[in-house]
Amino acid sequence: MPTLTMNGITVEVERGTTLLEAAQFLGLPIPTLCHEDGLAPYGGCRLCVVEVVNGAKKSLQSSCTYPALDGLQVFTHSARVEKARRLLVELYVATCPQSKRIQDLASAMGVRQVRYDAKHEHCIQCGLCVRMCEQQMMAGAIGFSGRGLHREVTRPFDTTSDTCRQCGACLYICPVCELRCAGPDAESTLCNGCLNISTACFQTYDNAMCSLDPCHACEIDGPFRADVRVKLQPQIEFPVLAKK
Amino acid sequence: MPQSELGQIEPLLQEFDNTRANLIPILQQIQATCSYLPQEALRRVARKLQVPLSDVYQVATFYRCFSLKPRGKHLVQVCLGTACHVRGGQKVLERTQVETGVDAAGTSADMQFTVEAVRCLGCCGLAPVMRVDKTTFAHVEQTKVRGLLTRYRPRKPATSEAEKTPAVPAESTLVHGGDHA
Amino acid sequence: MPNHGAYPLRSLEDLQAVAELGRQRISPAQPKIMIGMATCGQAAGATEVLEAVREVVAQDKLPYVVSETGCIGWCSQEPLLDICIPGRPRVTYGRVTPARARQIIRALPEPKPQWALATMPGDENTLTGYYTSYLAGEDTPLRGVKSYRDLPLFKRQLRIVMRNCGLIDPASFEEYIARGGYTALWQALRTQTPQQVVDGVTKSGIRGRGGAGFPTGRKWQTVREAPGSPKYVICNADEGDPGAYMDRGVLEGDPHSVLEGMTIGAYAMGASEGIIYVREEYPLAVARMKDAIRQSEVAGLLGANIFGSGFGFTVRVVTGAGAFVCGEETALIRSIEGKVGEPQQRPPYPAVRGLNGKPTCINNVETWANVPVIIARGGEWFASIGTPGSKGTKVFSLVGNIENTALIEVPMGTTLAEIVYEIGGGIPGNRECKAIQTGGPSGGCIPASKFNLPVDYDSLTAAGSIMGSGGMIVMDDHTCMVDIAKYFLGFLEDESCGKCFSCREGTQRLKEIVQRISEGHGVDEDLVLLEELSWMVREVSLCGLGQTAANPVLSTLRYFREEYLEHIHHQRCPAKVCRQLITFAIDPVTCNGCGACVQVCSGKAILGEKNKLHTIEQAHCTKCGACMDICKFDAVTVN
Ligand SMILES: Cc1cc2nc3c(=O)[nH]c(=O)nc-3n(C[C@H](O)[C@H](O)[C@H](O)COP(=O)(O)O)c2cc1C
Ligand code: SF4
Ligand code: SF4
Ligand code: FES
Ligand code: FES
Repeated sequence: MPTLTMNGITVEVERGTTLLEAAQFLGLPIPTLCHEDGLAPYGGCRLCVVEVVNGAKKSLQSSCTYPALDGLQVFTHSARVEKARRLLVELYVATCPQSKRIQDLASAMGVRQVRYDAKHEHCIQCGLCVRMCEQQMMAGAIGFSGRGLHREVTRPFDTTSDTCRQCGACLYICPVCELRCAGPDAESTLCNGCLNISTACFQTYDNAMCSLDPCHACEIDGPFRADVRVKLQPQIEFPVLAKK
Repeated sequence: MPQSELGQIEPLLQEFDNTRANLIPILQQIQATCSYLPQEALRRVARKLQVPLSDVYQVATFYRCFSLKPRGKHLVQVCLGTACHVRGGQKVLERTQVETGVDAAGTSADMQFTVEAVRCLGCCGLAPVMRVDKTTFAHVEQTKVRGLLTRYRPRKPATSEAEKTPAVPAESTLVHGGDHA
Repeated sequence: MPNHGAYPLRSLEDLQAVAELGRQRISPAQPKIMIGMATCGQAAGATEVLEAVREVVAQDKLPYVVSETGCIGWCSQEPLLDICIPGRPRVTYGRVTPARARQIIRALPEPKPQWALATMPGDENTLTGYYTSYLAGEDTPLRGVKSYRDLPLFKRQLRIVMRNCGLIDPASFEEYIARGGYTALWQALRTQTPQQVVDGVTKSGIRGRGGAGFPTGRKWQTVREAPGSPKYVICNADEGDPGAYMDRGVLEGDPHSVLEGMTIGAYAMGASEGIIYVREEYPLAVARMKDAIRQSEVAGLLGANIFGSGFGFTVRVVTGAGAFVCGEETALIRSIEGKVGEPQQRPPYPAVRGLNGKPTCINNVETWANVPVIIARGGEWFASIGTPGSKGTKVFSLVGNIENTALIEVPMGTTLAEIVYEIGGGIPGNRECKAIQTGGPSGGCIPASKFNLPVDYDSLTAAGSIMGSGGMIVMDDHTCMVDIAKYFLGFLEDESCGKCFSCREGTQRLKEIVQRISEGHGVDEDLVLLEELSWMVREVSLCGLGQTAANPVLSTLRYFREEYLEHIHHQRCPAKVCRQLITFAIDPVTCNGCGACVQVCSGKAILGEKNKLHTIEQAHCTKCGACMDICKFDAVTVN
């Protein structure tokens, strides 16, 4: 059984364990966006990076995919890790400011500035919905298409999928989906910024960012959403995004 | 898609067994035969190899050599590799797009040309480089593009727009290349 | 391929018999005409030259042999035609047109010396160590024509990988064997144990030529010891680096050297299956390679029981589908498995868990092509070439703004100055050399002031670039470094697989910032942001692409910061490249009103009467610069 140290603590784990699992076992909190138990590790969000000392090599590695090997020294919150995560989260906020999950991460990490123009993407391509659909729902109805800057989550040919059973699991697991944000409920939101921007479903129902067709979220929240739409003021800048 | 295309694909599929590793070679064959990947063909391939359609779709959109839309009769590949870039490849590409009149997706309305940027054709010593179908052209400066493409244009009666414009503007006329003034 | 009864080849004597046939083909009794028919030669017009030569020879019923060959590396002079007359030096003619080719052939045996480019009095075969003289008696080169030995372009070269390129017909199995081919395979299979082969490679100190420079011997040892079967060996011929074509040169010019190297490696590591992954942009390389495989199968050098040793090995070609990232080894494996080329977490390394979950050794084309020489001459001999940390030679494609664009092979440790100014012949048109870009999109730009740097893995890394696969793009003072950074970021945002948020989004944002600077809207803080973002992308991305994506930005920022500042503070592009910051104008004194510019103007922005002064209407100018390119009188200026 491999034995390694994490933040100085020696831990013995079973072969095949990942660093993230080992850290969770020790109760060390590592932020993640693309990892959920029950789904295969993916390594796309890069938020779970930790510093790994392997022999003479010191590098940052995503803990959700890196195997716990014998003799490793791991640091989950070294200065290097913290700096990288903060810069990464800054980029996340700029890309997807409407996500409550991302805003929470930013505030927890003390990210106080965003130096990029806001993009308001609907998706951070964490791939959770794709894996959920394939590995838990056994449907394989959605997937990625394209690569690099043209990569996105789609249904084949952007039309209704034959294999989609409308289970809604993809919506449920999405970390940036609007459903997770309590919306107009002022107490529970970080900033109410989401009121000023269009929501994922609203904006992209036609080209179906949301893989469901018709979208459950819109059906459920139909009237209320319409209400929000009235309040939409797209011209207003998102408060935390101080533009240069 | 046209029945004839499906007809072409069936015998071609027979040559491959049903292992996943054959996915890319099969798609390459279909692309070579039809010059694009018809939707029906991808569905057929997914059934044959027993992989989700979303997987086939992902592969078909990931790799550059596949196209989901029909391509023009001639595939013009303009190199934007580093060697070609420092010798003006970008300008050659823009010139080619204008000369062929292709849309944003890269294909001209008359389906004569598809223009595509590629990253290095391996003839960097002869930059800038362009490949039309299977022929590679060396030292294609932007001013040579028009002449080079003529041989790939459909033959037209002598009244065509290009031939009406005199090669050297007549004297004493105010020369103004465009009509936007 | 004539079967002369000796197949399958079982012994050295069998090889000798084939070699004899090959020697007759390489040096026939009649005069022989050779034409460089690699892709680059064909692009320059070699096909037409070959046709013309064949026609003349047939028409005039001349007793000459016409043969094709690969790329000798002298790209700036292509198409190349060579005449070999027994007892005389081989004579090379450059930039041959079909008309000139006919002239040359009709004038044989005495074409005018002034047509000739160079003479080759003989060649040294690094595989056997022998020098073969082509001369019957005294060294009598043609009057006034330089010998290859005295040409700066070739003088410093040492050709191990390119030992046969441009000398043999790549389609001829016999010619390869005549040059000592497949004797190293025989030697390995029949006189060495697999471990001895690995030890020889380890001793040679060779490091992978695909970019990262991992010690090949160590990789082979790992694969050899890894449990699991079957094992695979893969030749990485994806060569995605723009501006690099060394691998194409070898695959097209000497395919058997790669096959032989792979077979030796397979024997050493206990692999039974080989795959050559070639990018789809190289159709000729694919064809040549498939041909070579078929020939070797017929001769019994692939298949079961090679040389009667009991060892069996098969090879097939897999064609890429157009994705730079598939050059990364884990992505390449996924691509072979029929999936998208998304890199995977390492460890486990492919050497332990690779293709189909089995131990897999992936090496670059050039690495494999070195192997037969290492076996034939011994690891010590190989290790005597190069520098302490980087052994042997390296092939570079010397391109861009340079006089001799060429494929060259020099010992490691040769300095950049030697490469650019001596071998490359400097910059054309009295321009100043500004920088050299090495290592493709993962590499960086090294300024001319650093050209005393020896080229080896460690020096280049220390200078903020990398060796990479060997592309060297020379840039003159007409190249804008901000534009180069933008160019590479554009390449990377497109070629990133897109899995890592840091790499996908990071390259886009880096490009956004550099673009802003190139348009004159940058601010000082942008440079800080560039550096921080670059650091983050490098630290947290999964694969080599993301980890090196910022190198072009960081290296240009490091060496050409003033140029960035010039764009930011004065909205000026010193190299006059960034379109938003330049204007074209016509000099009223020089312009004679010829009207050439009007014809080429892409914005239809040029006004003027014939024979009168022309002017550019700035509002319609697209800044394409075509007017400047076409003007014979240098009347168009840019500021
Ligand atoms: C983005 C990326 C692209 C690469 N492209 C190539 C390539 O085109 N050819 C190549 O041989 N190696 C390439 N490599 C390096 C391979 O991953 C691998 O290290 C190499 O093939 C190993 O062979 P070697 O040890 O002989 O160098 C690339 C690596 C990365 C990260
Ligand atoms: S839609 Fe949501 S779950 Fe799916 S990849 Fe995008 S962010 Fe992740
Ligand atoms: S670093 Fe870039 S190319 Fe590499 S796996 Fe991540 S996203 Fe893909
Ligand atoms: S949780 Fe590990 S990379 Fe996303
Ligand atoms: S850079 Fe254009 S052919 Fe290589």
